[in-house]
Amino acid sequence: MIESHLPAYIALTFVLFSVLIPAFGVWKSELSQPLAVIGSGIAATFSIFGFLNYLNDGALRYYFGGWEPPVGIEFVYDGLSGFFVMVINVVAFFVLIHSHHIAKREFPGKEMPYYAMTMLMLLGFNGMVLTGDLFNLYVFLEISSLSAYALIAIGDKPAPFAAFRYLIIGTAGGTLYLLGVGFLYTVTGTLNIIDMAAMLPELFDNNAVFTALILMIVGIGVKAALFPMHGWLPDAYTYASSSSSALIAPIGTKVAAYILFRIILWLFGVDIADAVAPLTTIVGILAAIGILYGSIMAIAQKEMKRMLAYSSVSQIGYIIMGLSLANPWGFAGALLHVLNHAVMKACLFMISGQMRLKEGHSDITKFDDSYRKKYPWTMAAFTIAALSMVGLPPLAGFFSKWYLVLGTIDNSNWIFLAVILISSLLNAVYFFRILEKVYLMNPSKGQKVSADAEQNESPLSMMLPTGILAVGLIVIGFANAVVVTILLGIYPL
Amino acid sequence: MSLTYVPLLAILVSLFAVIPILLSSKKPNLREFWTILAAVIKFGLILLLLPGAIEGKSVELHLMDLAPGIPLALKADPLGVFFAIIASGLWIFTSFYSIGYVRGSGEHKQTRYFASFAVCLSATIGIAFSANLITFVLFYEMLTIATYPLVIHNEKQEAINAGRKYLAFTLTAGLLLVAASALVYHYTGSLDFTPGGLFTDLELPHTAMLVMFILFLGAVGVKAGIMPIHSWLPAAMAAPTPVSALLHAVAVVKSGVFAVIRVMGYVFGVDVLGDYGLNDILIVLAGSTIILASLIAFAQDNLKRRLAYSTIGHLSYIVLGVALLTPMGMQGGIMHIAAHATMKITLFFCAGAIYVNLHRTEISNLNGIAKVMPWTMGAFTIGSLGLAGVPPINGFFSKWYLAMGSLEGDMLIPLIVLVVSGLLNIGYFYPIIQRAYFRKGEGLEGYGEASPFMVVPIVCTAALSILFGLFPNLFFSFFDLAGSIAETLFTGGN
Repeated sequence: MIESHLPAYIALTFVLFSVLIPAFGVWKSELSQPLAVIGSGIAATFSIFGFLNYLNDGALRYYFGGWEPPVGIEFVYDGLSGFFVMVINVVAFFVLIHSHHIAKREFPGKEMPYYAMTMLMLLGFNGMVLTGDLFNLYVFLEISSLSAYALIAIGDKPAPFAAFRYLIIGTAGGTLYLLGVGFLYTVTGTLNIIDMAAMLPELFDNNAVFTALILMIVGIGVKAALFPMHGWLPDAYTYASSSSSALIAPIGTKVAAYILFRIILWLFGVDIADAVAPLTTIVGILAAIGILYGSIMAIAQKEMKRMLAYSSVSQIGYIIMGLSLANPWGFAGALLHVLNHAVMKACLFMISGQMRLKEGHSDITKFDDSYRKKYPWTMAAFTIAALSMVGLPPLAGFFSKWYLVLGTIDNSNWIFLAVILISSLLNAVYFFRILEKVYLMNPSKGQKVSADAEQNESPLSMMLPTGILAVGLIVIGFANAVVVTILLGIYPL
Repeated sequence: MSLTYVPLLAILVSLFAVIPILLSSKKPNLREFWTILAAVIKFGLILLLLPGAIEGKSVELHLMDLAPGIPLALKADPLGVFFAIIASGLWIFTSFYSIGYVRGSGEHKQTRYFASFAVCLSATIGIAFSANLITFVLFYEMLTIATYPLVIHNEKQEAINAGRKYLAFTLTAGLLLVAASALVYHYTGSLDFTPGGLFTDLELPHTAMLVMFILFLGAVGVKAGIMPIHSWLPAAMAAPTPVSALLHAVAVVKSGVFAVIRVMGYVFGVDVLGDYGLNDILIVLAGSTIILASLIAFAQDNLKRRLAYSTIGHLSYIVLGVALLTPMGMQGGIMHIAAHATMKITLFFCAGAIYVNLHRTEISNLNGIAKVMPWTMGAFTIGSLGLAGVPPINGFFSKWYLAMGSLEGDMLIPLIVLVVSGLLNIGYFYPIIQRAYFRKGEGLEGYGEASPFMVVPIVCTAALSILFGLFPNLFFSFFDLAGSIAETLFTGGN
């Protein structure tokens, strides 16, 4: 019985905890973080069950209050949304466990509003993925965005400015999306994705539909930080509190990518999307430029969080490029990369948070080989995540690359193939630079800094999530065939 | 007794040895005990596979799916066993030698050194036993990463630069391998190594084959030291000498040429190479590498660098053997894997002993050292004569077969290359021997041989070079194995 209500439970869990946290937090502020962990833990459990349920029984359409669309609100729990919800909630669960010490150091006394906000943001993310209605999607988009602006504003000194910039750009993006939805509504008279998808094939040459698609792609492209609409991202991720960037970076842009998947592959379908102009190709080219641009900019950065932020611009490119290939291998590669990148980036941002906590900075130029002695486990986790980002087997990152490569070859798209390969090398440059600093002594200093360093590892509540995610990368790598088989089954065409 | 899991155990034994090695970092004797134990067990396990390999049988093991329809699979076929025996057998010698070397020269971070070495050996045996391209890619990249800490071991600027260069070359090669494998999968739907190749029933455009061939050539050519993508190898001589000896004369570079044989013989297949005229490219590259590397070797005063260029030249003998596309040439090439391994490891061991004992690295400083290090220089002489192809040392047979192979294929130029290269080999090794024996040295008073940990392995490998030269089928039937492997490649395994 519980299975049929799972989609609602996931969203309601976050609603419940976004109220519980202020209620208890007023009384005891230190309860906020455990409550947030419990909330996301429950949601993660629900979403894992939900996905298993999907594998057994197929997709689930859930009508709130029993009201069928177009009147009622609908949640659709199919393979795509189930997969994304699972990735979001599981990763968020680990990041929230990890955030305990960062919260105490970076924004003491503000735990209660902070964690209430995280619950709202996760509600928004989950709602966007689960809803079956384009307008509800916009509502959830705004819920998540408004909480994200607040979460980003809590951080370094320039953080409010970065958040304000994100607010302006993000709102413009959201508005463009809404405008697109309006166009579609006037033409089709429905907001339900499944209903609308059935009508669109007859309207493929309608100018309003075409305009709507462009508006939606651009609007969501802003949220996904698709090149050249990525401008807000580096500052936002760099200056936000380490726990915010660890929470938003792995999953925030993924949700936007989810919307692109839903719109292009499910709502319109590739044929209609490409009927007037080769839109998927254009999106793919933008993604390819973003991949190279992000990697090159990442090499130029001195601050670890900023480097990771540019790296995110690059990695989101992989996902969108895989989408634009519109073939099963590209699709599976892109979705596998959603999972891989969420785990890798969460792990890396969490490590940057640990560095800030322990060293007071995450400036790569100041890294030295004493870190190897001081933080042996953190650095081991970093090495695994970094090698996975570079794409070395048997780590997870290799396999998403492998499927993307197969996808580009199936489309005979040699330029995209080259882009993927070159970007791997660029990744190697910016990660091995750090590994060199951490594991090798500085030849110009001529002596080991590590000689008198003592172990000073991060607390268990940080090391455990980081370690689990790092080990997860190895597990996903070996188990990727299982995941990809499922993902290939989700492919709609 | 079922041998199904033996290949897997042979790979894992040194990987698991890493744990006790790391845990006993404070107790060097115990730590080295684990290394030796792992080396001996590994060698023993691989020997179990030898009888089957001589009969032409393979041991196959499918572990799990690495990607839908592509398993992580091991297959200990005769070629894999052949390579694995060489790599694991010489690891035993190198382990003893390493103990003498790192303690004699007081190296830092010895635990990291021994741990990385063990991982390298796992990767090498994994390469030998990979049943398909994706398993191969996995171990190939693992070898790349595990070798990096050894290349940068002394952490001087020169070593760090060498490490960067090494990574730049090998990581690029790894990516080319991924692209090439994906193309093969796209066209054939299979990645399994098959004698005779995967393309037998396919009509593909010439361009497609050429592109795949070039991608593979870049991918395996880096580790095989084919010019012009060889330059990481001399730079990697910044590594400690046992690393140069085992990895840059045996494991890593031989993985490269092994990969050439796998790709050319088991992915493309000899017929396809010939039909599309792809082997001509290989002959030109290998031939010019042999000659150029030998010429450059002349100009090197640093002993290890001269040996490095000599290695580059000899690796291309093997590539040339494959490219001739004749059974005898193939057999000669495969035999040269074994022959060059025993001889070149001897030479590198000697260079390391000279460095640890006398702190000399330049050839111009080697005057008269044969007086104080007679065993070492004796072994050096044997090794260098063997590389020049003087009978009855190991290198003679393989060269003979390479020469026969080029005649069999009616090709005169490879034959000339082989003869000229033999002369050049004598040319660049003779000055070293001449200085050591016939010139008067300075500042050698009070020095003797290096520690027995180093001298005994040196003498052993030199003795092996002669023994295998006199009796090519001794112990491991290398001669027959190479012959039957070459035969399967030309009959498509039937």
